[in-house]
Amino acid sequence: MIYVRVKTWAPPGHVRTPAYLRGKTGVIERSLGPFGNPEELAYGHDGTPTLLRRVRFTMSEVWGPDCEAASDTIEAEIYEHWLEPAPTPRTRHHAT
Amino acid sequence: MKRWHDMGGDEAGTIDIAQHDFALWEKRVDALMVLCSSKGLFTVDGLRRVLEDMGPDAFETMSYYERWIASVNQNLLEAGSYSVAELAAKMEQVARRGADYATAAAPERTS
Amino acid sequence: MPHDHPHDNGVSASGHPYRTDNDGALSYWQCMEIAVRELLVEKGVTTSSEIARQIEAMDARSPSDGAKVVARAWTDPDFRRDLLADASEATRKMGFDIGPMKLIAVENTPQLHNIIVCTLCSCYPRNLLGLPPDWYKTRAYRSRTVREPRSVLAEFGVLLPPDVEVRVHDSTADMRYIVIPARPEGTEHMDADALAALVTRDSMIGTGLPLDAAAF
Repeated sequence: MIYVRVKTWAPPGHVRTPAYLRGKTGVIERSLGPFGNPEELAYGHDGTPTLLRRVRFTMSEVWGPDCEAASDTIEAEIYEHWLEPAPTPRTRHHAT
Repeated sequence: MKRWHDMGGDEAGTIDIAQHDFALWEKRVDALMVLCSSKGLFTVDGLRRVLEDMGPDAFETMSYYERWIASVNQNLLEAGSYSVAELAAKMEQVARRGADYATAAAPERTS
Repeated sequence: MPHDHPHDNGVSASGHPYRTDNDGALSYWQCMEIAVRELLVEKGVTTSSEIARQIEAMDARSPSDGAKVVARAWTDPDFRRDLLADASEATRKMGFDIGPMKLIAVENTPQLHNIIVCTLCSCYPRNLLGLPPDWYKTRAYRSRTVREPRSVLAEFGVLLPPDVEVRVHDSTADMRYIVIPARPEGTEHMDADALAALVTRDSMIGTGLPLDAAAF
């Protein structure tokens, strides 16, 4: 299992990384692509080929302990430049 | 900051499951978007970028395909497919044809 | 603004009845659609017949296409394997024109229920299932599904026990998703055609379940 964390960037332009996943850690479910970077395509430029990862998050990671069901999951496609390596859960202080 | 269209997790009410059939003009907007993107005039990312920049008021006050034609037009202007003046003249011409969609959309007879 | 409305006995200059949805006062945005379309035709970007063909192609797509895919996955183990490996390729091989769409099939099991949403806009596997239902594009569905999927599912009448994992797929980028619902019990005697009739649009989005075979 490869753990990744979504960057906390919050630029004003067109991006496809939802705010609710920023700063959250998940595991790579599968890798896809490369696809043209939508942040360039949206402004009429050629999209740089960019790898896309499907990342799986737990509800408790995304919404905290008051979430609807802690072990339910969310998967989303995140472009590579929005991901950074994350420690495995046992070294993360909020791991359970 | 979080942008308005990025609504995952926001508080919201019950889901309205009322359904409407698409009107011909809505299907035409959809077809124009598919054709323009397949011809490389602009991308679905460009469509979304303009929809997002239109802001939350547009989301609440305009229908789905009203927002789409506004965005398709903006992208085509940016792509240089036609000029603002050409658009102005054509919209005036269309509006003069008749007061309802069927009349205004009917091609003019040339003598 | 609605002013005097020329009805001409309800028929257009060409002698055809107006569609009721074309008969309202011309809106600003309808006027823009006509203008943009005519400009693109005049400029040689597209043609009226190409636009008409595109509308026909989109109208021809419907949830019944997806239902055939699901029913085949239920009855053909090799196809199911191919579909889960590469849903775009498998549906194309089956004969569906899905254009450039990149499709992922996610399978429900006794332990897992999948549901699809697009929180950033309203991405949908339109090239297989046709245009999305209106509710799929609402603020309520887009906002709530990632945070409280069980509550959303309950609104659609789908109540899941706590030991079934709910997995939400947010279509944030280039892939589109179709749920392969679990084959209903008591359908062992049914062939793929009969099974396809049980597969609803909502069961392929994840907000519904297949119909009960006993109803047939």
